Amino acid sequence: MGETCASCKPFITEEDGVLKVRTCAWSPPGDHPVGCGMFIHVKDGKIVKVEGDPSHPITQGRLCPRCIALDEVVYHKDRLLSPMKRAREDRGKDAWEKISWDEAYDLLEEKIRGFQENYGAECIFTLTGTGRESTLYAPVYGPAIMNTPNGASTYPFSGEACYGPRATIVNYLLGAGVPEIDSAQFFPDRYDDPRWVCPKYIMVWGKDPLYSSPDGFFGHSIIDIMKRGAKIITVDPRLTWLGAHSEYHLQLRPGTDAAVGMGFLNVIISEDLYDHDFVEKWCYGFEELSEAVKPWTPEKVQEVSWVDPEQLVGAARAFATNAPSTATWGVALDQSKQSTQAAQCFMAICAICGYIDVPGGITITKPTSFIGQWRYDMSDTLTEGMAEKHIVDPTGKYRMFNTGAAMGGVQGDTLLNWLEGMYKDYPEYYPLRMCWLIGSNPLACMADQPQRWYAAMKDLDFIVAQDIFMTPTIMGLCDLVLPLSTFAEHDGLVTPNYGRNQHFVGAMNTAVENPNTKSDLEILVDMGKRMRPEIWGDFTTIDDFFDTKLKENYGYGIEELREKSVIQADYKYRKYETGDLRDDGQPGFQTVTGRVELYSYVLEAYDEKPVPYFEEPDYSPVSQPPEVVEKYPLVYTTGGRHISAFHSEHRQVPSLRALHPDPLVTINPATAEKYGIREGDWVRVDTMFGKCTQKAHLTYEVNEKTVHVEHAWWFPEQDGEAPNLFGVFDANANNLIPHESVGVTGYGAPYKNGICSITRVDSMKD
Amino acid sequence: MQHAMIIDYKYCTGCESCVVSCAKEKGLGTEEWGMKVEQIGPNKIGGKWEWDYVPVPSRACDLCAERREAGKMPLCELHCLAKCIEIVPVEDVSKRLADLGEHKVCCFMP
Repeated sequence: MGETCASCKPFITEEDGVLKVRTCAWSPPGDHPVGCGMFIHVKDGKIVKVEGDPSHPITQGRLCPRCIALDEVVYHKDRLLSPMKRAREDRGKDAWEKISWDEAYDLLEEKIRGFQENYGAECIFTLTGTGRESTLYAPVYGPAIMNTPNGASTYPFSGEACYGPRATIVNYLLGAGVPEIDSAQFFPDRYDDPRWVCPKYIMVWGKDPLYSSPDGFFGHSIIDIMKRGAKIITVDPRLTWLGAHSEYHLQLRPGTDAAVGMGFLNVIISEDLYDHDFVEKWCYGFEELSEAVKPWTPEKVQEVSWVDPEQLVGAARAFATNAPSTATWGVALDQSKQSTQAAQCFMAICAICGYIDVPGGITITKPTSFIGQWRYDMSDTLTEGMAEKHIVDPTGKYRMFNTGAAMGGVQGDTLLNWLEGMYKDYPEYYPLRMCWLIGSNPLACMADQPQRWYAAMKDLDFIVAQDIFMTPTIMGLCDLVLPLSTFAEHDGLVTPNYGRNQHFVGAMNTAVENPNTKSDLEILVDMGKRMRPEIWGDFTTIDDFFDTKLKENYGYGIEELREKSVIQADYKYRKYETGDLRDDGQPGFQTVTGRVELYSYVLEAYDEKPVPYFEEPDYSPVSQPPEVVEKYPLVYTTGGRHISAFHSEHRQVPSLRALHPDPLVTINPATAEKYGIREGDWVRVDTMFGKCTQKAHLTYEVNEKTVHVEHAWWFPEQDGEAPNLFGVFDANANNLIPHESVGVTGYGAPYKNGICSITRVDSMKD
Repeated sequence: MQHAMIIDYKYCTGCESCVVSCAKEKGLGTEEWGMKVEQIGPNKIGGKWEWDYVPVPSRACDLCAERREAGKMPLCELHCLAKCIEIVPVEDVSKRLADLGEHKVCCFMP
C-alpha cells in the first residue's frame, strides 16, 4: 500500500507519483447503484487506470469492463465539455454554439420564467431515465425548480415498464421495499457470517443479472452462492448462460409469466408443499389464491405458455421443499401488460414457501433512503393549485398509477397521447411547451414508437437536456444541452436499490476535476437557488447536505463515510415477528391487512382483480386472427443485455464496442434455415407497428418459435444530423412495440412480447 | 519461479473483464489481445445443455509478472467477476487441479 498523499484526504493514497482515489461507482456513465469499489489511478491530474478495491464488501475487487474502460469515457473525443445552444429552427442540425454556464443558466431561467408567466408552470415537464444517479435528484427538478406538477419520476415509456410496476406491487402486497436475494450483503464477513444460510435454490425469473447487475444487486453474487452449493431455476424465454447451468429452465412464451406463476403456485398448493405456519400467521387470502390457481394444471400451463410440464412440476417441488431458497424477479415482469399479475404470482410463491425475510431467503426492508424525506419535502413545494394540474388520463384510466404509485409522475402513455393532442377537447387539457431531459435518451431507449415521440416532442417550444455525450435525442430535439460530470469528476453517494432495500451507503469521491462540467445535483441546486430561492435558502454546500442527511438517517457523517468508503446497514431477519416492518411497531407487514396480501383489496379498489388471473397479450399468436398470425408467425422478446453497454450508453467507447460491435437478433438455427438466413446476415424484423434491422446470430438460446431482438442501439460513428440521427431508428427494437397496450393499473407494457416476421435484407438501412 | 494460470471454467460467465483489464494493463489496441474469451455452445450433450466460456491468454500475457513482483494480484484475477482465474506457482498446479476436481478446469502457461 502507498503512503497517504500530501492532500491528506483519507480516501487518497500515493504510490510512485500516482494518486489512488478510492471511490464507489454509480453514474454517469450509466449504471445502477451497485456501488462497485475501485481505486481510480490519477497521474498529473489525469485518470490513467482503474483497479478494483479488494476490501469492498460486495464486489471484493471485481469490476466489469465498463468501469475498467472508464478512462475512455472521461477522455473521449466526443465528450460534451461546454454548454451549447442552438436555434429552434436548427433542431436536427449540427449547428451548436458553445456558451458559458452562466449564459446557459440565464437562458434556462429566461425560458422557464417566460413559460410560467405566459402559460403557467404546468406547461413544463421533465423526463428521466433508468437507475442512474440522477434518479435521486431528477424528481425534484420539476417541483422545486420550476413549480410544475409534471415532473417527478416521469419516463418516456409505455406502462412505466421498468421497476415501477414491481415496486408498486411490493408496496401494496408486502408493505416493503423491493425484495432481494439474500447474498449476505448486509454482513461485513458476507458468506462467513454465522447468521447467513446458503440458499438451496435461487430462482431467477425474467432476469439475467450476471450481465445487468440491476438496481443495486451485484449479479455475480449468484456465482458466489452457486459455488457454495446453491442450484438454479430460471424462468426465461431465452436460454441464458445461467439457464444452461440450471437444474430447471422454464422456457416460457414471452408474456405468459402469470400463467406460469399460477401453475407453479398450483403445484405447491395442490401437493401441500407450502409453509403452513407462515401462511396461517402472516398471509391474507390463501383460500382465494388457491381457488384462482386451481385451474392451472401443468398441462394447461403448457398449452398457454409452452413450458414443459415436467420442468414446471420439478421446479415447483424443488423450490418449495428445499428451505431456504430464494428468488429474484426482473424487468421482464414489468414488460408485459400483465405485470401486476406476474408480480402477484412471484410474491405469492415466495411468501407461501415461507422464504420472506429468513436467512438464505429474500431480504426486505422498510423503504427508506438517505434523501427520501428530503426528496419528498422538496417535491411538496408546489404552490397552491399546481398539484391539481398534474397530467392524468382525463378519461379516468390508470387510477392506481395516478393516485397510488410507488414512483409518481405522468403515466407515459398518457403523456404521449397528451403531446399528440388526443385530449384537446377535454377541459383539463393545456398544451405542453417545454421539456427538461434528465438522464434519458428516449429516442434510443425507453420510448415505445420512438418516431411518434420524436414527432410529438418537435412541437414543443423549448427542450433542454443534460448528458455526457451528444445523443440522437439531443441532436434531434434539444435547444440547449448541459455537459454532465462523470462519477469520477464529482462527489456523490451511492444508495443500492435507491434506498428501497439498502445494504450500504457508498462514498463517491472526486478523482479528477473537470470545471467544464457539473453533476445532476449541482445543476439542481444552482437552478433551484435561481428560480425558487424561498425553498433553497437553507441549502449551503453539497458536502454539508450529504453530511446533514447522513447524520439524520444513519448517525454518521460524510467524513466517516469517505474514510470507510462503504458503511453497511445491519440486518435483522423475521422482522414481521418483531414489529420492525410496521410504522406502528406491531408485528406483521405494513399492508392494509397487516399480512402479505395474496388477495389484495387495494388492487380491487383500483379496478384490478384481487387475485392473479391470465389474459392473452394483445398481440400474440393466440389473440390475433389467423391471417395476422400467418403474416407474423414468430414471437419476439427484446432487451437482453450485453455487459459492454448500459442500455443506450457506452456505444462510442472503443474497448467496449469491440466486445459487441453490432446489434444482434438471436434466431434458432432451424428457424434461420427455414428463412434462408445465415450467421451475420442483416435481418429485418417486422411487426404491425414498425420494423428494425439487426445482424443475425444463430443459436439455441431461443427456441424455434421465438427470436430475441436487442434494444437501445444507435451508432455514434454515423451521421448525427436529421433525418439519420446516428441511425437511431434503424436497429431500434422499440419501433416494434405498440403504444398503450398496458394494464388497467397503468403499469406494464409489452416491450418483451409480441409477434413478428423476419426477412433477410442487404443492409441495416433496408 | 514459474507461474501458471488456472481457470475454473465451470464458473466463467464470459464477462470479459479479463479481456479489457489485460488490454489496459499491457496497453493493447482493440485489435490485439492478452486474453480472449472463447464461447463453446450452447448445445445439448446427452440431453443436457453445455455452454462454456474459456478465457485464453495470448503471448502478450506474462501473467502480470511486474504486478506479482510488487505483491499485487494480476489484474485479470483481481477483476474476474466469477473469481475463476488464479495465477499460481507451477509446483502448486497439480494440487489446485485436484482441489477443483469436480469442476471444469484448464491450465495455461502462455
